[in-house]
Amino acid sequence: MVSEMSNAQEKQLIYHYLSEISDPEIPVINIVEMGVVRDVLFHNLKLEIRLTPTYSGCPAMDMIGHLVREKLQSKGYDSVEITLVYKPAWTTDWMSAETKEKLRVYGIAPPVGTATSKKGLLNEDSVSCPQCGSKNTEIKSMFGSTACKALYLCKDCLEPFDYFKCI
Amino acid sequence: MRLGDSCLIMAHRQSEMCSKGPFLEEDIAQTNLGLDLLGQAEALLIYAAELEGKGRVADDLVYKRPERDFYNFMLTEQPNTDFAFAVVRQFIMALYLGKVYETLAKVDDDTLSGIATKAVKEITYHQLHLGMWVKRLGDGTQESHERVQTAVNELWMFVGELYEEDELDLKMQEAGYTISGNKMKAYLTAKISAHLTEATLSVPEAVYMTTGSKKGIHTEYLGYILAEMQYLQRAYPDAKW
Repeated sequence: MVSEMSNAQEKQLIYHYLSEISDPEIPVINIVEMGVVRDVLFHNLKLEIRLTPTYSGCPAMDMIGHLVREKLQSKGYDSVEITLVYKPAWTTDWMSAETKEKLRVYGIAPPVGTATSKKGLLNEDSVSCPQCGSKNTEIKSMFGSTACKALYLCKDCLEPFDYFKCI
Repeated sequence: MRLGDSCLIMAHRQSEMCSKGPFLEEDIAQTNLGLDLLGQAEALLIYAAELEGKGRVADDLVYKRPERDFYNFMLTEQPNTDFAFAVVRQFIMALYLGKVYETLAKVDDDTLSGIATKAVKEITYHQLHLGMWVKRLGDGTQESHERVQTAVNELWMFVGELYEEDELDLKMQEAGYTISGNKMKAYLTAKISAHLTEATLSVPEAVYMTTGSKKGIHTEYLGYILAEMQYLQRAYPDAKW
């Protein structure tokens, strides 16, 4: 721990460390980009990391907690407390355009529109195929390989792909 | 605690659907529904244990309570007799939970409103998916139509509990944590009737409603669920991974 840093600088540094942790289920995105890290707080000698689950039952949550602890311990933070916060509820709106592009390149169609419009959730907007870009796609199953995704099929290149649900 | 119990038992029922879905994608969907519910149950029971202040944690509530101390609705413990039963049970509960979470999302309690705000998004998705199945089965083949109608008819007597009120409900209503039984009844009846009619199914006539889960009274099925769910902790108390 570098003691001469101001809290703001140190917070930034911790965010930087946390951004080295990739999401256990989507390795191209880190947990900061994912919006899972909500805050970093300093309590005397203890460090509190506030996380929010993407979905209530997201099985990656425990794993993320472990990874955060491990990472920070390797940087010299021995006393790390992880707290789960539910408010405000996680939304795909927190993903930046850059993050969405990373998802697309990885082969996952990023969420369309914003959660407040509810359009993406109801699948009213057309989802583009992350492989060939065609909008001629159809939903195969409302539930995909993880809670946050749905299964789509591109009718042009015939590739099935995951769509990151907009919530 | 009641809400957490209902979510927990439904999650268990949904987990039983694993490898029993009609096709692979739906198998995944059914278990995903269970996963969301398990997450909601966990959050709610952690909070319930904290509020109770008896030094119990969520795991104690789940693994160490006997049947009479569980307060989940009887509807939630009804077995997956066939796919249509699972669909109808979860569809009705999703409508109910949607309304409950919508109300809780506005209360002046950050933990509860936080859990509810999150859950309402998940449950809305469940309503869409399960509603699609009710229509697809109802408006499908003669066989699927008959089976889903049977499920509706046989589960109907457990719907009354969802809008039954006891003293605790009245207190919660006063504090703005829940809507009145009459309002819930009107909401559920309207939603379910409209959906069944659209799915070419008939709405069952008024039947005697079985109630009692708020006092810990259950159908025979809960005992079997608990026997399976609690086995490890009963056989090897406080065993840890």
